Amino acid sequence: MSNVALDIKDLKKKYGSLFALKGISFQVYRGELFSLLGPNGAGKTTTLRIISGLTAPSSGNIYIFGKSLFTEEIWAKNKIGLVPQQINLDLELTVEENLFIHGLLFKMSLKEIKKRITELLEMADLLDRKKSKVKELSGGLRRRLLIIRALMHSPEILLLDEPTVGLDPHIRRKIWSFIKTIQASGTTIILTTHYMEEAEALSDRVAFINKGEIIAIDTPSNFVKKLGNFAIDIYSNNGIVTHFFKNKEEAEEALLKFSQKYPYVSLRKVNLEDVFIKLTGERV
Amino acid sequence: MKGFLAIYLREVFLLRKRLFKVLLSFSVNPFLYILAFGIGLGKHLSIMGRPYLEFLIPGLISASSMLQAFAINVEINVARFYLKVFEEFQSAPISPLSYALGEVLSGVTRAFLSVLIIIVLGYLLGGVKLNFSGIFFLVVFLNAFIFASLGLASAMSIKAHADQTLITNFIITPMMFLGGTFFPVENLPPLIKPLIEILPLTLVSKTLRAIAFGEEFYYQNILILAIIAMLCFFIAIITIKKAKD
Ligand SMILES: Nc1ncnc2c1ncn2[C@@H]1O[C@H](COP(=O)(O)OP(=O)(O)OP(=O)(O)O)[C@@H](O)[C@H]1O
Ligand SMILES: [Mg+2]
Repeated sequence: MSNVALDIKDLKKKYGSLFALKGISFQVYRGELFSLLGPNGAGKTTTLRIISGLTAPSSGNIYIFGKSLFTEEIWAKNKIGLVPQQINLDLELTVEENLFIHGLLFKMSLKEIKKRITELLEMADLLDRKKSKVKELSGGLRRRLLIIRALMHSPEILLLDEPTVGLDPHIRRKIWSFIKTIQASGTTIILTTHYMEEAEALSDRVAFINKGEIIAIDTPSNFVKKLGNFAIDIYSNNGIVTHFFKNKEEAEEALLKFSQKYPYVSLRKVNLEDVFIKLTGERV
Repeated sequence: MKGFLAIYLREVFLLRKRLFKVLLSFSVNPFLYILAFGIGLGKHLSIMGRPYLEFLIPGLISASSMLQAFAINVEINVARFYLKVFEEFQSAPISPLSYALGEVLSGVTRAFLSVLIIIVLGYLLGGVKLNFSGIFFLVVFLNAFIFASLGLASAMSIKAHADQTLITNFIITPMMFLGGTFFPVENLPPLIKPLIEILPLTLVSKTLRAIAFGEEFYYQNILILAIIAMLCFFIAIITIKKAKD
């Protein structure tokens, strides 16, 4: 059995004259949490939509556990769960009804559906809201419902498109541990997010994508290491300039020099956000 | 088969939540037509040897089952453009056929509710009792199936909800007024008559009337309607496949 869960080969998507994806390729391993990071309009959602069958690609191929997504569409859809960027729950229906319809859509038996609904509501701490209409739920609860709805049919691959956007730090952290629990149960996860600390906390590997192209793939810690371990930010009227250093001694030495020249300087550890800015910020 | 059930049950859940409002809104138009045209205007009027009200009821039944079946396009547009729940169906392992069947049968269900209301109103307001037999309801079913399929197809073909009004105003409303709902198509000028004769709704209202009055009718009409229904359903399935971006 191969350890590749998802294999994307030279995927292209054209909207009119715009290339949303210019031929991207990557592999995601079984049980891995893989993040797609990139600026607005980079092509993250387009990639996830193609994987889940919502958008047709212009060319390229996708293999799920070795089988082509396009020739084994029904089979593949059963293996995949999608948490879309835009919440698409039935607002007038109850929490339970939303999950029930999803179960039927994925051809689960009534017995399975009932059992799974209780299981997931418990896991997401939503059991007491079972009979509430979705329109009565707060944003955080709707996000959580959106995630467990995608888990109803026990997909082996879960696609999370910005699952914590617009949530407060408490709920965000709750969802992080929720995502980690899902991964621990053996699910392969692909995540997109604009929160770098989220990607750093959760991901086994990350891919940076910009203007429809993958620019680099590695583990978060390798990315950080390549850039250096320490960073000095220099604040001025022209914005922030950051310098990177391999070790603390070098950094402290430089800090002394910079602070004589500039009023605002600060030393800190390098993080994934630095990598993001560095990789996607270069002007063409 | 479960895929079809998921789509159908979703619409039934939604319908159930506003059943009272829906039934009320289904009643308003027939109520007005029966009162204004059937009783107010038609009290001393007879058409084809029958009181006008008896002529009107089968016409209202064919028009209303058309309108309410076609009206599933509104639900579908909401699901597609506002709630985006349609994407949930697209990512599910169900065929376009299951999806179409679920939506169309929910349209048929709405149509039957509206027809029952007209029959009850006709009886309560005007004491109208006609021959509402099994074959009568079969024709209603085919009519609803045709227009639910067209409602689905139009919802899948448009790019935004605003386009929908255009289709309703230019096709559905004229058909409702001209397709034998309020007067016999025979009364129309010879230039327009053949055009109106070939509308499916004209065929339906004529056939329904004949059955309701216990008169002879062409059994071939039912076959023709069944063929049109299959055709429209087929078109709907094709438009679903094209709705992917
Ligand atoms: N249906 C569409 N029609 C035309 N262009 C589209 C469509 N969907 C996406 N695009 C374009 O494709 C490009 C990639 O969009 P995509 O939504 O994949 O970006 P993203 O990385 O998810 O961005 P964000 O972080 O803002 O969510 C953008 O330029 C976008 O405008
Ligand atoms: Mg996106």
